[in-house]
Amino acid sequence: MGIRILKSGMLTTVQDGGRYGYQSQGFSVAGALDIRSFKIANLLLDNPENEAVLEFTLIGPTLEFTSETIIAITGGDFSPMINGEPAPMYTAIYMNRGDILKFGSAKTGSRGYIAFSSYLNIPVVMGSRCTNMKSKIGGFKGRKLMNGDFIGFRIKRRYLPFFLSRHLEPENFAYDEITLRVIMGPQNDMFSKQGIDTFLNSTYTVTSEFDRMGCRLDGPFIVPKDKTDIISDGIVAGSVQVPAHGKPIILLADRQTTGGYAKIATVATCDLYKLAQSKTNCKVRFEEISVQEAQRLYLREIKELGMMIKEIHKP
Amino acid sequence: MKDIKILTAGDSALLVEFGNEINKEINQKITAVVKIIKEQHIEGIVELIPSFCALVINYDPRVISYDEIKKRVESIFELDIAVGETKKRVFEIPVCYGGEYGPDIENIANNAGLSVEEVIKIHSSRDYLIYMLGFLPGFCYLGGLDERIHTPRLANPRLKINAGSVGIGGSQTGIYPLDSPGGWQLMGMTPVKTYDPDREVPILVEAGDYIRFIPVDEEEYNRIKELVERGEYECVVHEGEV
Repeated sequence: MGIRILKSGMLTTVQDGGRYGYQSQGFSVAGALDIRSFKIANLLLDNPENEAVLEFTLIGPTLEFTSETIIAITGGDFSPMINGEPAPMYTAIYMNRGDILKFGSAKTGSRGYIAFSSYLNIPVVMGSRCTNMKSKIGGFKGRKLMNGDFIGFRIKRRYLPFFLSRHLEPENFAYDEITLRVIMGPQNDMFSKQGIDTFLNSTYTVTSEFDRMGCRLDGPFIVPKDKTDIISDGIVAGSVQVPAHGKPIILLADRQTTGGYAKIATVATCDLYKLAQSKTNCKVRFEEISVQEAQRLYLREIKELGMMIKEIHKP
Repeated sequence: MKDIKILTAGDSALLVEFGNEINKEINQKITAVVKIIKEQHIEGIVELIPSFCALVINYDPRVISYDEIKKRVESIFELDIAVGETKKRVFEIPVCYGGEYGPDIENIANNAGLSVEEVIKIHSSRDYLIYMLGFLPGFCYLGGLDERIHTPRLANPRLKINAGSVGIGGSQTGIYPLDSPGGWQLMGMTPVKTYDPDREVPILVEAGDYIRFIPVDEEEYNRIKELVERGEYECVVHEGEV
C-alpha cells in the first residue's frame, strides 16, 4: 500500500535532511534543497524531523494513493488538485484509497514537498533515505522517480490528534528579488577591495544553470587579486565560488565535496531556502553579516519552527 | 603552530588552512589533527573534510557556537602535534595489468620509452599516500607516482570507464570507484570493490592511508573476483609505523 507515480514531473526525488558523515569519502550530502519547507511538511504531521519526503521541481508529479494516509504539501505553489478539486497547502490532508493528487507547474517558488504520515518505505542507506543521484544511492533505487514507480508505506498511521488545527499560513515565494545574507570568507582575501565591493553592491541574476548541485549567477565581474584557482579544499552548503569568469556560483545540496575555486563568502543557513525557491532571472543581492549574527538568525528560525509545532497542536 | 589559519566557512563550518602547497608533511599533519579531533569527541562537530592542505570542520551551531568551537580548535593547535607517529595502514590492491584490462598500457610504455613489464614494475613498487578523497565516492587522490611513467590524459576521453579500472592521468594514478566518463590512460583493473554501497563499510580507505598495487595474473584476478562477488574477499591490509 502506498503511492504510484502516474507522472513523475520534471525532477521528483525522495529527500530528507541529507546524508552526513561521508563527505570525507567523496559523498555529497544531498537532501532537501529547501530545508525549511521540508521541515514544515514533516512537522505538520508530527513526523520525525528527518523523515523522508518527496521533493519536486518546477513541474510537479501526479500521484495515485493505493491506501489511506495523511499528507502535507509545502514549498512553492504548484496548484495541487485532489481528484480535480484544489487542495490546501500547509495543511494536514486526509487521503483516501484511489485518490489522485496532481500538481501543475510552479506558480510561485520552484520546489515543492509532500510529507506522508505513513512514512515512505525507502531503505536507509548510509544513515539516510535521501537520493544521491550522482552516486546512484539512497532514495528510490538511487534515481529520480519515473512514471509507473511505486513506493509503499512503512506503517499504517491514519489518525492524528488536533487534526483541524493542523494548518499554517503558506510561505510566500512570489518574489523576483532576494537578499542573501553572507558571511565573508574563507578565501575573500584572494579578491581585491574592488572585487569585494562589486560582490556586495551589485545585483546578480539567477541563470538557467540552476540545479540541485548549485546555482550560477550572472552579473558584474568580481576582480580577484591574482587568480581564483586554489588547491582543492572542502565545500559547504552555500559556498559562493568565484571561478576565472568572475561570476559567483552558489553551491547547494548535491554539491561536490571539494573544489578548486576560491570561495569569496558563504550564504547564511537561514537564507538558503530563498535561493532554493527562486527562479531563473530572479535578482540576487548579497549583504554581509557576522558569523555570530548568522548563528543568531539560524537559532531564531529553529525557535520559530518550534512555535509552529505549538500552533498546530491547539485543541 | 604557525602558518595555520582558522577561517570561517559560513555559520556551520570552519576551514583550517595548513599551508598552500601539496606536500606530504602538511597532509600528514592534517591526518594527525583529524585523529586528535576525533579522539576529543567535541560535542557539536558533525563531520570533517580533509583535503590536500586544508580541513573543513562542519559543526552544528545549535550545539556549539562559532566562538566556542574556534577556541576549542585553537587549543588543539597549541598541542605538540606528533606527525608521523600515527600507524600507517597500507591496503593491497591486486591489479591485472595490460591486455583487455589495461588497453592503454602500451601508450604509457611508449610515452615513457620503457617496456610494459618495466611500467608494471615501477607502478607496483611503491606505496601511494592517499592525500584526500573526492570527485566521486571513494575516489582517492594519490601522491607519489614515479615521474618516469607520468602520461598525458587521452585526447578523447572515454564515455565510460568501468569501476575498478586503474589508470594514469598526468602525474596522478588512481582507481575508478564507479563507472564514469574519463580521460585517464588505463593500465589495468582490480577485482576489489573500493566502493560498495551495500557493504557495511562502503569505502575501505581514508585520507592518510596508503595503497600498494600488487600485480596478479588473469587466473588470480578471476579467483579474487569470485570471492568479491560472494562477499568473501577481505582486502590485505598491513599496519605498521610510518
